[in-house]
Amino acid sequence: MEYLFASAVGVLTAGGVYLLLRLRSFPVILGLTLLTYAVNLFLFASGRLTLNLPPVLDSGLSGYADPLPQALVLTAIVISFGMTAVVVMMALGAWLITDDDGMNMTGEEAPDRASGPHDASEDRR
Amino acid sequence: MPLILIAALPFLGALLPGVMIKAGRNACAWTTASVTLAALVGLLVHAPKVLAGEVIHYRLDWMPVVGLNANFFLDGLGFLFALMILGIGLLIIIYARFYLGRQDPMGPFYTYLLLFQGAMVGIVLSDNVLLLLVFWELTSLSSFLLIGYWKHLPEGRQGARMALAVTGTGGLALIGGMIILGQIAGSYDLSVILTQKEAIQASPLYLPALILILIGAFTKSAQFPFHFWLPHAMAAPTPVSAYLHSATMVKAGLFLMARLWPVLAGTDAWFVIVATTGLVTMVLGATIALFKDDLKALLAFSTVSHLGLITMLLGFGTPFAAVAAVFHIINHATFKAALFMTAGIVDHEAHTRDIKRLGGLRHLMPITFVIALLASLSMAGIPFLNGFLSKEMMLEEVARTRLGIPLLLPLVVIVAAALSAAYSFRYLGHVFFGDEREDYPQTPHDPGFGLWGPPAFLVALVVLIGLFPAAIAGPLVAASAGAVTGGDLPYYSLKIWHGFTPALLMSVLAVMGGLMLLLFHYPLDKRWIATRRPEAKVIFDTVVALCVQVSRRITDVLHPGSMTRYTAIFAITVLIASAVAWNSSTLAAPGRELLPVGMVGVIGWILIVVSTGILVVYHRNRLLSLILLGVTGTIVSISFIYFSAPDLAMTQIAVEVVSIILLLLALNFLPKSTPAEGGVERHLRDVIIAGAMGIGAMILTLAIQQSDFSQPTISAYYLENAKTLAGGYNVVNVILVDFRGFDTYGEIIVLGIAALVIYALTEQLLGGRVGRKLADRPHDPTLSGDLHPMMMVVATRVMMPLALMVGVFIFLRGHNAPGGGFVAGLVVAIAILMQFMASGYDWAIARQRFTYHGIIGLGVIAAILTGVASWLFGAPFLTGAFAYYKLPLIEEFELSSAMAFDLGVFLCVVGAVMLALESLSRLARRKDDRTRTHPMDIDPSRTEDEPRPVPPGTAPAEAH
Repeated sequence: MEYLFASAVGVLTAGGVYLLLRLRSFPVILGLTLLTYAVNLFLFASGRLTLNLPPVLDSGLSGYADPLPQALVLTAIVISFGMTAVVVMMALGAWLITDDDGMNMTGEEAPDRASGPHDASEDRR
Repeated sequence: MPLILIAALPFLGALLPGVMIKAGRNACAWTTASVTLAALVGLLVHAPKVLAGEVIHYRLDWMPVVGLNANFFLDGLGFLFALMILGIGLLIIIYARFYLGRQDPMGPFYTYLLLFQGAMVGIVLSDNVLLLLVFWELTSLSSFLLIGYWKHLPEGRQGARMALAVTGTGGLALIGGMIILGQIAGSYDLSVILTQKEAIQASPLYLPALILILIGAFTKSAQFPFHFWLPHAMAAPTPVSAYLHSATMVKAGLFLMARLWPVLAGTDAWFVIVATTGLVTMVLGATIALFKDDLKALLAFSTVSHLGLITMLLGFGTPFAAVAAVFHIINHATFKAALFMTAGIVDHEAHTRDIKRLGGLRHLMPITFVIALLASLSMAGIPFLNGFLSKEMMLEEVARTRLGIPLLLPLVVIVAAALSAAYSFRYLGHVFFGDEREDYPQTPHDPGFGLWGPPAFLVALVVLIGLFPAAIAGPLVAASAGAVTGGDLPYYSLKIWHGFTPALLMSVLAVMGGLMLLLFHYPLDKRWIATRRPEAKVIFDTVVALCVQVSRRITDVLHPGSMTRYTAIFAITVLIASAVAWNSSTLAAPGRELLPVGMVGVIGWILIVVSTGILVVYHRNRLLSLILLGVTGTIVSISFIYFSAPDLAMTQIAVEVVSIILLLLALNFLPKSTPAEGGVERHLRDVIIAGAMGIGAMILTLAIQQSDFSQPTISAYYLENAKTLAGGYNVVNVILVDFRGFDTYGEIIVLGIAALVIYALTEQLLGGRVGRKLADRPHDPTLSGDLHPMMMVVATRVMMPLALMVGVFIFLRGHNAPGGGFVAGLVVAIAILMQFMASGYDWAIARQRFTYHGIIGLGVIAAILTGVASWLFGAPFLTGAFAYYKLPLIEEFELSSAMAFDLGVFLCVVGAVMLALESLSRLARRKDDRTRTHPMDIDPSRTEDEPRPVPPGTAPAEAH
């Protein structure tokens, strides 16, 4: 089972990083969310995987899952929502103000144009 | 007065000038002066003890683990410096009141001045080198503000920048040196370091520490080759020059050398570096000073020269030289501050500081003349004035010290002393003597008492110390020199007549030489102007330009404004760092028993991999990718519950709901698809980076899973004590609200701040052009006209109480079963969101009793109060308490302080989530949305004869 779990974390990470490297804000936000899943799962798994042993005290259980990573991840989930919301708002503001949802500076602000200037009007509806 | 208060008073007082300026310039000045006076009185209270040789301590442990404590101590040396800083500071404050013009803002000036004063007092009273470093940097920063006070002058800005660059660099070196010193001594407390002479001087790190510390001291005290910033700092208003650049800040380097003298001095390295640097600086400064035409530049270079003199004395490393150094510090501060103030008076009255345009002022401004006369004769080393005494002691020490070949040192020093006498005479001769001129920019006359009073006071000291040195300065010199040498003082006597000594001969030679130099000043000056000299400012500017160029090269590559590139660089760095860490560490043997592969696991795995795969491949279709993201998130929640984490599963699923709503709201405005961009190479590069990251994450996760913990974890403690100490069964919740409550407290505040940021951004957007554009945008006829379907409206209203009850239930059971404030907050937020979605913004907001900001604030306050309440019982912040109660009819239940804290968490989460989403949905509102009064497209309470409202967008002609 651990192999499945680890490979799922790997897939989420790879997908997240790939989307983070896109040039428009929306896929980057999605990538960030995927990466958040991966990181949360990874942190959670640092307490080792267990089945049917929730860390709720009960005399009938033989042992418990590690509660500490769970507590950490719980706040991480909520905080990452806050972070996503801020990023979304920033992306939205940038799009509404400049009519451009590109991730990279172009024009005079950017000294290096290796990423290539993209046409902001391409996808206006 | 406790020492910490003496250091803190100027900082606290720095708040006042800005307020008091509203009450007028006099009120502002007197308030500032009274702050300094209070600190001065607080210092003088300690005078009897300190002068008797006692050391006063004040200890305040701050971070004892890293040796960072707010420890202060006051000995003779600290007392001397604090006295100068506060005493001269008081005079400067009075002087500045009358010096600053009507157009100069006085509030900021006094604020900067007090900040600087506090930092300086902090330096000289610190008993902890780390604390000293903090104050040291503060003096650099506050002097930057003071030098650049006249922001409109380019010289002021450049001078301030140069001073900051030089002293700041020195400060960095000093940090390194001090930390090495602390490491050798095993403590960062000065009083401990000062006892470790043998250990420090025997350490192989002695030389690096010494050099680093000296760089710090030399840059601050303008020693060659760092002397060039001081003349450029003269662009500051004259009160600043008189204060910082004669009496206090430039003496901080000397103070440091004197302070560490007991442990650093006495070695060959110390002697060679410090004495030579001092000597070179002394000669160089005196030479340049002679040929400067700007009064303040002359004084600046003479200051450089005198600082060199004192440095040289400290460099000799003998106790007698230390006494002479301390004595000269006192004398120099008195006459040089007075001279700067007279230069300021001349500038103020004649509107020029150019010596070549001045002359003959002695009849026009007799009072200023007398002050300048006494002060500059003291600087020249004429008997019956204090400068003579310490110079005599210096010469006496020089006569018996050998540097390189014999007689070299005395000869060089005589030359320097002659130059010093020459520029002192020049200050008098070319400004005050000679014929009165017709062409002053403004005919000068003596200023009011406010301007000449402070220098007159200092000159009185010059004369008094000169006449009765032992009576006036004796105890202070003895106490401070004793603190420098850290032991018994050598025989010395502060008196005018020592008989016919070599020192007297040298003194006479120097004064005669000075007169000769002044006599031949005109031809010498011509020669000086004709020679080409390396200009320090040009060199400095070239070096700075070079640094800027190099850093620009680097940032152009690393920081081109391409977010994508940053991410790629970051990812690659992480990969390399992880690879290094992986290869250089030992892994535990994979001995842990793995879980069997179950059907649920396989299905979940397939779902997560497939949905993520499709999401990545088809990410350009944004709506589809959002749906797939939801699928992935749901599987993540399910995997949490599968692997025994019910709390996480509940939180994840609730967050999933609000996240998707959030992203949908955003997608409402954003383009619905992502254009295809970037070539094949870019995609290939990204796939390789992402693939490597994914494989790395997989290997790491697997490696962790395959082995057990190498050390026992602290989780066992939580499991054992959750019930007994915190009274809860749900250990995750207990950790969140009790054991690690302080972390959670921080986290809810972060969440609240994030929501407020979103609110602020929305306000910003709505207030501007974008807001009008959004409000005016036309309806999209392709969208459904059925904005608020009746089925949904009715269903959500029926569900609302149920949903709220679920929220309350989850909240209440949190301590003992999966649930708690976070999840409950999310559930309640979703319940409210449903109303927004079904019945519309206006309908929902009209029924909203509390603002979301308020709810966030209430949550934080509830958490704080819970924490503070434990203080009432004498326990640390957020200590938990609980008890079980039994009421008739219902089961035994628990009341705990953690529940009140959890309530804070709950409120914060509700407020933050709602504020974030409400802000976003406000963007979506059009102008005419506000006219709608009922939630449903068809008003159920309407009567038949009323016209049917037209759904917006379907018939635009009728709508307007």
